[in-house]
Amino acid sequence: MGELIAQAWIVARKDLVLEFRTRTALISAVVFTALVLTVFNFGRDPTAVPTIDLAPTILWVTFTFAAMLALNRAFQLELENQALEGLLVSPLSRTSLYWGKLIANLVFVAVVEGVGLPLFVLFFDVPVGRVLLPLIGVIALATLGFVAVGTLFSALVIRTRFAELLLVVILLPFLVPPLIGAVQVTARLLGGRPLSESVGYLKLLAAYDIVFVSLASFLFRFTVDE
Amino acid sequence: MSLTQKGRWISVVALLCLAAVYVRALAFTPLERLQGPAQKIFYLHVPAAIWTEAAMVLVGLAGIFYLFLKDPRLDRFAEASAEVGTVFATIVLTTGPIWGKPIWGTWWTWDARLTSTLLLFFLYVGYLLVRGSVRDAGLRARYAAVLGICGMCLVPFIHMSVYLFRTLHPQPIILKPSAPSLPASMLATWLFSLATFTLLYVGFVTQRYALSLARDSRGGEEGSSGHV
Repeated sequence: MGELIAQAWIVARKDLVLEFRTRTALISAVVFTALVLTVFNFGRDPTAVPTIDLAPTILWVTFTFAAMLALNRAFQLELENQALEGLLVSPLSRTSLYWGKLIANLVFVAVVEGVGLPLFVLFFDVPVGRVLLPLIGVIALATLGFVAVGTLFSALVIRTRFAELLLVVILLPFLVPPLIGAVQVTARLLGGRPLSESVGYLKLLAAYDIVFVSLASFLFRFTVDE
Repeated sequence: MSLTQKGRWISVVALLCLAAVYVRALAFTPLERLQGPAQKIFYLHVPAAIWTEAAMVLVGLAGIFYLFLKDPRLDRFAEASAEVGTVFATIVLTTGPIWGKPIWGTWWTWDARLTSTLLLFFLYVGYLLVRGSVRDAGLRARYAAVLGICGMCLVPFIHMSVYLFRTLHPQPIILKPSAPSLPASMLATWLFSLATFTLLYVGFVTQRYALSLARDSRGGEEGSSGHV
């Protein structure tokens, strides 16, 4: 287990160093998030719908799109110069390779969400002060589920035609259950309702994370081997 | 008799049974008191829905066994089952709104079961798209198996997440813990229809399986017929 995490960390660190040195993908994703939030502002009638009713939708649609954008690059990166083959012949276990990619994607998406959340609060004047910690908890729970499935699928589509388009089509149905949970909990939090009202959805999110992280860790080896 | 012919015969018998289901449902089964003739669609809708979900589970199970046994027969079965499942999902999504308009007053509502069937339909389409976009037969089978297993595991989550919403959809009448709450003649029609749909599934899957078999044996070039 210790070795698994150590190996995963090596992979994750490699990806993150690459990401933070070039910064192109990260900056694109952050700007994309800001743009989606901007578009949302013009995609509603502020006199007809109060912002607070629309806030969970805006937040989660933005985060879903941003996460998918981020996931597309996870393995695209490895296609150049057959870098993936290099990773596969190295003495890394397949599970630690998956975990490494998962960690790197989680950090990437977390950075994007870390910029997106304050922008969301600023643009739509949503009072999150009282519920900030539970809100971050829900975001973390849902993001883990998104990224766990997305990392597996992004490895699955790289050798197919129309990889970017295909990833979105197969991933979105998988994002619906965590999305439903996240939107419902967020709506209740922003509406000032107690956390105890959201227990059902929180359990659903946690169960989703556990099932799909384990499943993807197991299935990953079948997607990368030649 | 070749596999294709067997599949064709089973399908023909099943389609004749389907005609008999129509006749029995329309002429020899009592009208439901509140819903009137609209309720007749239940004899098609529910068996198709049961086989839509069952086909997805079978795709997932075939995927699990494929990853361990590497038997191309399992992959061919999964492919056939997914295509037939897509057709059945389309039947469910078509008959549902036809019933919904007179009874609920709307073609579509984001109700628990409608949502879950729609997602299942998208899952099938995604699965078939992935199959269509990989040329290498071995790789295609492996990718399809991974996606099929994930899809099978997603189904209970879709159910849970949408059931936490309120539902407008009629509650189960037959497949529930207590005894079925409908007259014996309606139950008989329904069971006949379920058997018919089971036969349809078997017939269609057999034909589709024979088609994949013909493609693989003819191809030799790693089954690269690339059906998109």
